[in-house]
Amino acid sequence: MGRITLEAVTKRFGDVEVIPPLNLDIEDGEFVVFVGPSGCGKSTLLRLIAGLEDTSGGRILIDGRDATDTPPAKRGLAMVFQSYALYPHMSVRKNIAFPMRMAGVPQDEQDRRIASAAKALNLTDYLDRKPGQLSGGQRQRVAIGRAIVREPSAFLFDEPLSNLDAALRVGMRLEISELHNRLRTTMIYVTHDQVEAMTMADKIVVLRAGNIEQVGSPMELYRAPRNLFVAGFIGSPRMNLITGPEAGRHGAATIGIRPEHIRVSATEGAWQGRVGVSEHLGSDTFFYVEDTGLADTITVRAGGEIDLHHGDTVWLTPDMGHLHRFDVQGSRMA
Amino acid sequence: MARVASTRAKVGYTVAAWIVALVIFFPILYTIITSLKTEQEAIAGFNLIPSFTLSSFEAVQSQNNYWRPFTNSVILAVGSTLLALVVAIPAAWAMAFSPTKNTRGILMWMLSTKMMPAVAVLVPIYLIFLRTGLMDTRIGLTVMLMLINLPIVVWMLYTYFREIPGEILEAARMDGASLRDEILYVLTPMAVPGIASTMLLNVILAWNEAFWTIQLTTTNAAPLSAFIASFSSPQGLFWAKLSAASVMAIAPILIMGWFSQKQLVRGLTFGAVK
Repeated sequence: MGRITLEAVTKRFGDVEVIPPLNLDIEDGEFVVFVGPSGCGKSTLLRLIAGLEDTSGGRILIDGRDATDTPPAKRGLAMVFQSYALYPHMSVRKNIAFPMRMAGVPQDEQDRRIASAAKALNLTDYLDRKPGQLSGGQRQRVAIGRAIVREPSAFLFDEPLSNLDAALRVGMRLEISELHNRLRTTMIYVTHDQVEAMTMADKIVVLRAGNIEQVGSPMELYRAPRNLFVAGFIGSPRMNLITGPEAGRHGAATIGIRPEHIRVSATEGAWQGRVGVSEHLGSDTFFYVEDTGLADTITVRAGGEIDLHHGDTVWLTPDMGHLHRFDVQGSRMA
Repeated sequence: MARVASTRAKVGYTVAAWIVALVIFFPILYTIITSLKTEQEAIAGFNLIPSFTLSSFEAVQSQNNYWRPFTNSVILAVGSTLLALVVAIPAAWAMAFSPTKNTRGILMWMLSTKMMPAVAVLVPIYLIFLRTGLMDTRIGLTVMLMLINLPIVVWMLYTYFREIPGEILEAARMDGASLRDEILYVLTPMAVPGIASTMLLNVILAWNEAFWTIQLTTTNAAPLSAFIASFSSPQGLFWAKLSAASVMAIAPILIMGWFSQKQLVRGLTFGAVK
């Protein structure tokens, strides 16, 4: 079981309120991603759940029990740190065994769990090495192994992939998703990378300055961002946000249209502009269209084979079915 | 390109390193050579080939018993080091793991005491030692040596403890370790190399301390540094005997230093290498 409930949880450092009263329900078995720009309080929130920081107010319930004042060791949670935080003087085997040793798990049971975790994480050949002799990806897997063997009620991940190179990050992303599919244990994952959030989460919690801006499935957030912040944060490349008369024509203070929802044509369309920078990814091409009179640049996603060059005049047509409208406060309009 | 030095540059650096090392080591080498000369040879002038006589060593040993100051040196060096660790470990621990806004200031203040010339406090300390009956006692000198090296010991340990990442301790806490387990299984094993090199360096500093040991002792508590000084007498210069005494005084610490080179280098460059 791993149901976690936050009730009006608050955190202050001195006079600074980093988390204003915050409520959140995390269901058993869910993969929840906390996402937001740096300094938004997502890591602090995770550390509050872990018990590594004391709350300044409110309650944290784990499986219905009040765990607000329970020390981290007794919460039954396992955490994977950004820096891996392996014990450098212990072998991989001893690192993985450490939580079980602390819990007094019998030796044969320890050996069984280590063997099974090592097999699942491809660490069998490295069990007798020290962390210093491993690559970044292997160290991350040891950290995950150490978390798995505890059989925790929930896993907490604090930006676990940010120290890895791009290729390794994609691989580990898949491994963590597979792990979740296999174990079906609650996972809370903190990242500033919205691609990680979109690809891994069952539920995304978008945070800004300690406030929850929106909670929902990746596609809910993509289809119906509740405000301008979420609209700009979720989706890559970012949603185009247009203000002024064009927004007024649609009865809104700001309209938003995603790059993939704009049709591009050399001959006809709603908005005229000039091709600035274009990025060819092979499968897709991103055009940054200038001089439209709507915004500095309008980003457009088009097919990989499209033949347009710097300086060419283009016509853009937004897909009206995917147009997002926001009021003066930046909230989504019906 | 810049990282791959050419063979010529490598040879050049090696030769330069040897020259510097030789210049630094030469006084010790010449002391050893002189100790193996007769007194006549010793005052005859610069000469690198001694007659390999051990007569100076015999003379030194028969005039002043070597073992008494040697025992004192061991007791003072080891005693003051252990005492310093007992005080410095909790102090450095507290400053490294729960710093306050004054921590930096306290550390700087501690270090600043090392910037003052020792002779500035000689008179008050001499008087204190005289009045409290600590003059020429091992206990008095042990405390004195502990106090003068304490700032360095605290600084070294502080820097070492600071290198232990906080996340590792948090990981241990998440893994179910109690405070006792955390200290026993995670912190201490990670801090032991740092404590060991601090200890080694402090033993050497205490062993070589000459100012206070000469000022505050006469015979009973006099360590080897005072033993050497007793051979530079105003009645005449006995270079060979003085050298023999010096060799006997530095030999133990030189041998210890040789065998613990790796730890010492780590201690001396603390904080500089990850």
